[in-house]
Amino acid sequence: MTRSWSGKKLAEAIEAFAPGSTVDSNDTDAWVKPEQVREVCEGLRSRPEFKFDLLVGVTAVDYVDHFEMVYHLTSLPKNAKAVLKAKCGWGREEPAVPSVTPVWRGAELQEREVWDLMGVHFEGHPNLKRIALWEGFPGHPLRKDFATYDQSLVPVEDLK
Amino acid sequence: MSESFLDNSLFRNIYCYLAGDSDGCVSHGYDSGFLPASWEWFAFALTAFVITNLFIQGALGAVLALIWGERRILARFQNRVGPNRWGPLGSLTSVADAIKTMFKEDIVPDQADRFLFNLAPVIMVVPVLMVFAVIPVGIGTVVADINIGLLFVIAITSASGLAIAMAAWASANRIAIFSGLRAVALLVSYEIPMALSLLGVLMITGTLSMTGTIEAQDVPFIIVQPLGFLVFFLAALAEMSRTPFDLTEAESELAAGHLNDYSSMKFGVLFLAEWAATIAGAAIIVTVFLSGWRGFSFIPSHIWFAGKVVAVLFVIVWIRATWPRLRIDQVLALAWKGLFELTMVNLIVTAILTAAMADREPDGSLFSTGELWIMALVNWIVFFPSVYLIGKLLAAKPYDADEDTALSEYPVATEEAALEGAAD
Amino acid sequence: MTLKTEPITINLGPQHPSTHGVFRFRVTFDGEEITDVEPIFGYLHRGSEKLAEERTYAQVVTLTDRMDYVSSMLSNQAYILAVEKLCGIEPSPRGVWLRMIAAELQRIASHMVAIGFLLQDLGAWGTPLTYAMRERETVLSMFEMLCGARITNSYLRPGGVFMDAPAEFWPTLDNFLDALPDRIDELESYLTGNEIIFARTKGVAVLHPQVAIDASITGPMLRASGVDWDLRHRDPYDYYDRVEFERPLHTAGDNFARYWVRMQEMRECIKIIRQCIEQIEPGLVRPPHDDVPYLVRPPAGDAYAGIEGSKGELGFYLVSDGGISPYRCHVRAPSLINLTLLREMLIGTLMGDLFVSFGSIDLNMGEVDR
Repeated sequence: MTRSWSGKKLAEAIEAFAPGSTVDSNDTDAWVKPEQVREVCEGLRSRPEFKFDLLVGVTAVDYVDHFEMVYHLTSLPKNAKAVLKAKCGWGREEPAVPSVTPVWRGAELQEREVWDLMGVHFEGHPNLKRIALWEGFPGHPLRKDFATYDQSLVPVEDLK
Repeated sequence: MSESFLDNSLFRNIYCYLAGDSDGCVSHGYDSGFLPASWEWFAFALTAFVITNLFIQGALGAVLALIWGERRILARFQNRVGPNRWGPLGSLTSVADAIKTMFKEDIVPDQADRFLFNLAPVIMVVPVLMVFAVIPVGIGTVVADINIGLLFVIAITSASGLAIAMAAWASANRIAIFSGLRAVALLVSYEIPMALSLLGVLMITGTLSMTGTIEAQDVPFIIVQPLGFLVFFLAALAEMSRTPFDLTEAESELAAGHLNDYSSMKFGVLFLAEWAATIAGAAIIVTVFLSGWRGFSFIPSHIWFAGKVVAVLFVIVWIRATWPRLRIDQVLALAWKGLFELTMVNLIVTAILTAAMADREPDGSLFSTGELWIMALVNWIVFFPSVYLIGKLLAAKPYDADEDTALSEYPVATEEAALEGAAD
Repeated sequence: MTLKTEPITINLGPQHPSTHGVFRFRVTFDGEEITDVEPIFGYLHRGSEKLAEERTYAQVVTLTDRMDYVSSMLSNQAYILAVEKLCGIEPSPRGVWLRMIAAELQRIASHMVAIGFLLQDLGAWGTPLTYAMRERETVLSMFEMLCGARITNSYLRPGGVFMDAPAEFWPTLDNFLDALPDRIDELESYLTGNEIIFARTKGVAVLHPQVAIDASITGPMLRASGVDWDLRHRDPYDYYDRVEFERPLHTAGDNFARYWVRMQEMRECIKIIRQCIEQIEPGLVRPPHDDVPYLVRPPAGDAYAGIEGSKGELGFYLVSDGGISPYRCHVRAPSLINLTLLREMLIGTLMGDLFVSFGSIDLNMGEVDR
């Protein structure tokens, strides 16, 4: 069974090599400052106590008042996993975090996807282009304020 | 009217039926004909028209039959049913396809070179049909029994590469250009082993005539010249761009290659020419290596010939059903590093044997049947080691399960730690 | 004298017979050699993640079917595991065994598709494909027995599966499992020993394990590079800790290794299914409605569940705000992430290798674009 790092323990361990980078933590997740994501990730990847060599996934969630980046990490040599999060884009300003593609190559397409659908800008990404939609598509569809079609039901009488 | 035309029995039989009282026919034992002697020119034109049409229509009919047969055989190989709706056993499916192709819209791309684009199908199909002119399909049934038949065949089949390159270039399609490049590369590479493999046969027969080649085969040359047959067969597959050398039309890479931008009858003609080339190739193999129309006399010679051609075509379809395609570098390596050497071995051995044994036999041939069997024995003795050696040199390293499936060096948590989750 | 050659850029796809859907390459060739590749996605983008936010948790199952449509049972399983983790549902044992059987059958079908189409890309004109598709057909017929659908199954529900297997399912499954090893042997004797296949796939598009892990590549592709990483074994979900199986490994990391690993994995699937049949016992296939309602309302929070899909780690990240539909549903799609190294794999190989390497990745456009 893959061992899960508790968020608190992870935050402590991160504080040890990157003081002042963590913001919050709970049982499962640890939050870091968005501008220090890459620095933290470099440590998580290379330091012997973590060895998170496999980036399972990068995604973002729109919580209306802020965006949250979610990094799922796995360590093959230690068979451990952890969840790292970063809150950014407070107050609907354009969210931006440093890209982790220089740390894990596997983030390349996933960050492009997050940029395309959620509109999080990744600084330092080698090729930040839209992936599923075309260049010039208005808006980023996975944001909560993206207008979708009206799904409300029409009364039967109105159809006649 | 020149009487040398009448040496050809196929021509003579029709011509003298029409104009039997012309001078030439009288000297061949005819006394009267259907038309008066003054209509000789008409009889000549009509005969030429009938024979040409007979062969062209025969070739086209054979193509339709081959397409249907290949689809049925492939389906059988693949646990499928295959075409079975139109006509008995689906035999009219190809006819329906041909009619459908005719009614398609004829599209010429804007960027295309119109002249070459329209010319390419013609260049493709004419040489293929011309090949049928020199192939004896039965005793005395040959359009033109020219004395340089083999040379004619080698020369004229080269045009297919030109036609593909022309079609590819004229389409102004980049994918098609790949097809054209590959066609030329294949042509240049495989023409050499193809021609050289026929040299061994030439030394034995001492003639370039197709009829002469068949008459010399008291023992079929597939037995006397195994190396020559192997090389010629593979080279012919490559020239016809059949699996495993179907690089020009590699469906999974180039879609349809040079055919990409063709539609309607132009596509139909190009497609037809390719299949006709397959039949022509099989017919040449039968003529040169499988003793043509010869066989036990209780079966008519035409049926022998057709049966042998069908057998060769079946092998070609069988190969298509089972083998994947080779890559371009491997295809070219096979031509230059494998087949070329094999033909050289074959040439040297055959040359030595010819020098030792060739003399005029009482029946006019260079070798007696016994000498052919001796030659066959020597050739088979040479065949196995040389093919084995070339195969060894060209082959990929054989698969070794133990070597590749050992555990990797990459550090992964040990099994116990993984299962207990105590990897801290 | 050196010839002056000019690079030629070709657009392959989205309409092309070998792109496994609607994928597009922009490839630059120098002669036959590939010098640059740019993959272009998005032709099958349907916004599944956004659609999931407007559906109830049970309705999203139908969306997961349509992501990886050749292994929809596995997509179902990954999603259902995430929902169960989010809600804290304890699944009923019979349902878990049934969905494990379904998942392993689906893995066989998916690998058969991968191998069949890889050989199609190699130019073996349909014969291996039809042999592989014959086995897939049997699997799909069994799915039809299980849930009435062949491809878009929607078989799984939070807590188990939606209906028990009918009586005639079990003998069919037995017959299939008895016949399959011979069929795999047949396919393998035709393929693994084939000189042409060997020459064309060996040593092409090699992936070093370190590079592969760095690029987040998982699944058979990673195991073909020699990394013993299989979530069924390393992080067992469902009842995978109660079954014994091997993880076939190959260290070459080339096209042949990827093909070989898939071939051997199918044999392991048979072992797993046999053990499932032994251990399954009668009972409910999903918890009673009072325990797990059809309209689940998970507490606010998030959960990620990853399974060993047929193509790699297939994961669902669900965020709940306490409502009846997910607040956010993210798919960790192995097909997309395994494409990360496509450019590096293809550069320097020849045109003939392009689609072979591409096919050996075994991707599904429905999952790449979602």
